[in-house]
Amino acid sequence: MLLRKNVHRLLATTFNNRAILSVRTLCTNKEENVKDKYDIIIAGGGMVGCTLACALGKNSLMSHLKILLLEGSPNQNYQLKPEYSNRVVALNQNTKSLMSSLKIWRHVEKARLQPIRYMQVWDACSDALILFNSSDILDDDIAYVVENDLLLHAVNTELTSSKIRNVQIVYGAKISDYRLSKDDGKIATHNIVKMTNGDVYACDLLIGADGANSAVRKAMGVQYLSWNYDQMGIVATLHLAEESENVTAWQRWLPTGPIALLPLDNSRSSLVWSMWQDDAKRLLKLTEEEFVDAINDALWKQYPRSKGVEACMSWMSSWLKRAGLPDGASRQLPPSVRSIAVGSRAAFPLGFGHSVRYIAPGVALVGDAAHRVHPLAGQGVNLGFGDVKDLTEFLSDAIYTGYEITHHSWLEKYESSRQRHNVPTQIAVDALHRLYTIDLPPVVLARSLGLQLTNALYPIKKLIMSHATT
Amino acid sequence: MAQIRKLMKNHWLKNVIDTPVLSKSITSANAAKTENSTIKEDEIKMFSNQNEDWWNLNGPAKALHSMNAIRVPLIRDGLVQCPYEDRTPTPLKDKKILDVGCGGGILSEALAKIGAEVTGIDASRNLIDIAQEHCQENIKLINKPKYVCTTVEEHLNDHNEYYDGVVASEVIEHVANKELFIKSCVGVLKPGGRIFFTTPNRTRATQILGICISEYVLNIVPKGTHHYDMLVTPNEMSFLLERNNCHVELIYGLFYNFLQNRWSFVNSQMLLFAIQAQKLE
Ligand SMILES: Cc1cc2nc3c(=O)[nH]c(=O)nc-3n(C[C@H](O)[C@H](O)[C@H](O)COP(=O)(O)OP(=O)(O)OC[C@H]3O[C@@H](n4cnc5c(N)ncnc54)[C@H](O)[C@@H]3O)c2cc1C
Repeated sequence: MLLRKNVHRLLATTFNNRAILSVRTLCTNKEENVKDKYDIIIAGGGMVGCTLACALGKNSLMSHLKILLLEGSPNQNYQLKPEYSNRVVALNQNTKSLMSSLKIWRHVEKARLQPIRYMQVWDACSDALILFNSSDILDDDIAYVVENDLLLHAVNTELTSSKIRNVQIVYGAKISDYRLSKDDGKIATHNIVKMTNGDVYACDLLIGADGANSAVRKAMGVQYLSWNYDQMGIVATLHLAEESENVTAWQRWLPTGPIALLPLDNSRSSLVWSMWQDDAKRLLKLTEEEFVDAINDALWKQYPRSKGVEACMSWMSSWLKRAGLPDGASRQLPPSVRSIAVGSRAAFPLGFGHSVRYIAPGVALVGDAAHRVHPLAGQGVNLGFGDVKDLTEFLSDAIYTGYEITHHSWLEKYESSRQRHNVPTQIAVDALHRLYTIDLPPVVLARSLGLQLTNALYPIKKLIMSHATT
Repeated sequence: MAQIRKLMKNHWLKNVIDTPVLSKSITSANAAKTENSTIKEDEIKMFSNQNEDWWNLNGPAKALHSMNAIRVPLIRDGLVQCPYEDRTPTPLKDKKILDVGCGGGILSEALAKIGAEVTGIDASRNLIDIAQEHCQENIKLINKPKYVCTTVEEHLNDHNEYYDGVVASEVIEHVANKELFIKSCVGVLKPGGRIFFTTPNRTRATQILGICISEYVLNIVPKGTHHYDMLVTPNEMSFLLERNNCHVELIYGLFYNFLQNRWSFVNSQMLLFAIQAQKLE
């Protein structure tokens, strides 16, 4: 303590900040027994954290930096099994191009993935429907369904390849405490990461990729806007009644929440069914046969409808038809489910979260640590990969311009560019969730007309698609 | 400090009046006359103050520090074009750059950091000493700039067609004989090399905002240093450059948000502008 006081006095009396910096570092080192000092530490090796480590490690501008990745869970051996994992994500074109540029995509392609070429979203409370067709909107697939563990394995294959030499990985890392750097404009200290086994690491830039309950975010002490949806997402691997090309993603809005089927192969799809917690608890207790019946009901059952809404919708249909626009009558029939893969049923809590700041001096958040969305639009991890792309670009640009990676200007650019994309997406997804969990006829009418009209108007559809894929 | 400012001011006025003496006039900015031996003591006392002033990121020169964020990329991309995958932290490696009117070395060090062999010249011995001392103290900077107290026309004597790049950032507005200045700057440049200027524009806006600019934006120069008549317009600059066998490649407007201390390139050249030209073979 005395030493530190002296250091501060020194600071006041000399202009040579750099000399002090080394004194200060030395004294923290003594106090804490720093095991190793890194340029960058990434806390959390989920899909986003590992991809970031890979992107930084492969960047020619950052090859001189020492990077450490800390992951809480043990290193798992991955093997491709005939049965699909129940945790899958739909990856958009932007994610695909990021993964391709990092040479990760080829590992996924070699294993397995399923393209989504059509998407049909429809309302259980009316005839409203929207249909996306990839070929007439994007000239490419809308998205790709990939299993989480397969993607993580593909990322790790690149990350641990001989092409990356400056990234160290510690698995089973138990972090006990963070002490973040203070930047009073004159002197920047290091971030300190303490482990439960007594190891202490120091770094210039700490990146929180530690998921929705981010401890890095808590250490930053930033405002975090969050709520629970009182909803759970039930996932399962489904065997379909009939084989088909199966490149359509289906989503039906039930009054209790959306049910979605993402294609896996000719005869299998992955289920993401969001519902109120009580309903979820009930469904989890059903036998697998009863659960399959419940899924088929959710996809096919006629829900009670308001006469007024029906009348307005058919009136709108006729007008659209007269104007030569798609009236939504060309709906496809959803598949029927034969059975579920044994033991593949699981449930996850759903919530909304927005960290008001993504950055602090020497600290940045990526992925679910910074933002959490309802899975209804399949955006979650895609937003995280967008963070990875932008953060890598801004950090490398800082170096290319001769600045430190912790320079606030570049971190601020990262924050504002990501928030400008993420926040509107989160708000839109949240609004959809609210809009569709109401079954009051006027609301049903408004959203149905809106959906019908959106479906008819090509430019709006294109706009939605292009936002969802970037 | 105030005395130095006064001194500098007088010097400028004198320079303006002295214009007929072309070859002798000091054409670089930031020159302070030290003929008068009585001020020596004060000067030494001020020395450290000014040292801190120059290199304090939130001090009076803070706009020049933050300006690096746009002028470094401008110069870098003007001198090298490198595909994203092949970039290194030292893109300007092996490039010889002359920083004319380098002052305390804010831009010189930034360019040296990304690999350039920088020579900084300034007519003020004071400022050269400050620059020299700071770069020696900066342990993180391995590739140090070289500083010389001289004027560009003097420097030309033994550096004809020597540099890959020449920069005069926020300088020409203080120069009395602009023709000679530009001619000399072009003279030290290799054929095919590139020359960069940033300077306030002579417009109604800068005339009105003049006080504001010199006080907030260009704090390093004393009040009253920016004489409206001394400012040049992009057209005049282009004309002078073209006449000296240069091809003007780019003219950008610059904008300084002094609340955020952030610079950006803008379309409007009403306030300040940056100009880039290539010396023809
Ligand atoms: C049911 C459901 C369906 C979904 N469907 C989709 C979809 O179709 N498309 C889509 O884009 N997104 C989807 N998502 C969202 C997606 O799963 C998340 O956005 C994504 O997993 C976030 O990745 P992440 O790496 O940021 O965080 P996480 O996956 O949460 O990873 C955080 C990592 O940090 C580690 N960690 C945490 N704390 C510590 C610590 N203290 N020390 C060390 N390590 C630590 C954890 O072990 C973990 O590996 C869905 C989510 C759910 C719940």
